[in-house]
Amino acid sequence: MADPMRIRANMTGDKVEVKVLMAHEMETGLRRDAGGNAIPAHFIRNVSVTYGGKTVLSAQWGTSVSRNPFLHFRFNGGKPGEKVMITWLDNKGEKRTDEAVIAGGG
Amino acid sequence: MDARRREVLKTGGGVLALAAAAGIIRPGEALAQEWNKAAFETKSVAETVKALGGRGSTPSSAIEITAPDIAENGAVVPIAVESKLPRTQALAILIEKNPNTLSADFEIPAGTDPFVSTRVKMGETSNVYALVIADGKYFHAVKEIKVTIGGCGG
Repeated sequence: MADPMRIRANMTGDKVEVKVLMAHEMETGLRRDAGGNAIPAHFIRNVSVTYGGKTVLSAQWGTSVSRNPFLHFRFNGGKPGEKVMITWLDNKGEKRTDEAVIAGGG
Repeated sequence: MDARRREVLKTGGGVLALAAAAGIIRPGEALAQEWNKAAFETKSVAETVKALGGRGSTPSSAIEITAPDIAENGAVVPIAVESKLPRTQALAILIEKNPNTLSADFEIPAGTDPFVSTRVKMGETSNVYALVIADGKYFHAVKEIKVTIGGCGG
């Protein structure tokens, strides 16, 4: 089971600013190990972020997103104390969902 | 848009169906998560635009790429894309000289700012394109990033 994401969701004015760090190797499939064998690709392909049951961001990724991916974006209509939910799904079918409570204005 | 969806179903369906059959993912999840395999296998900017459903794209000064001019470590290159084009629906990051051009494709629903920031791997010095779909039309901005140590191979 993959490690939890680190999520920060803060109100900035009337927007929710979301910053996420995911724990994932994001292996490209192009590298070889010490014995010369290809290391199979293992990477996050889908990310979705929901708030109040509504998708506020969805992404499709390839192998060139960096290891332990970082994502930062903003959406309108969120309220402090409510939750943002983030899910990723990788090419091996592994999946992880984490959530964060939106912190008050700064 | 229809052609793009058909392409996704045609190329992505097999893998997802296999994964579902193997019990790795349940069918409901497989349907909810599309992955445009054809687009992620493209080897040029023009091919990627086509695989994402466009016939070409127009340069636009309303798209801003924030990234370093020189990246010392190609394994971690911070890139932010912001679009000021009205009705921006999607943002994509393309790295011309990587083994596969398309890095990330973001769908921006109404109410979400047309802005994303992430980190990507770059094998060598390359032009980085920000492709934006706004009001059904395709636009792009480009920025060259010089890479000191590549971050793709091993």
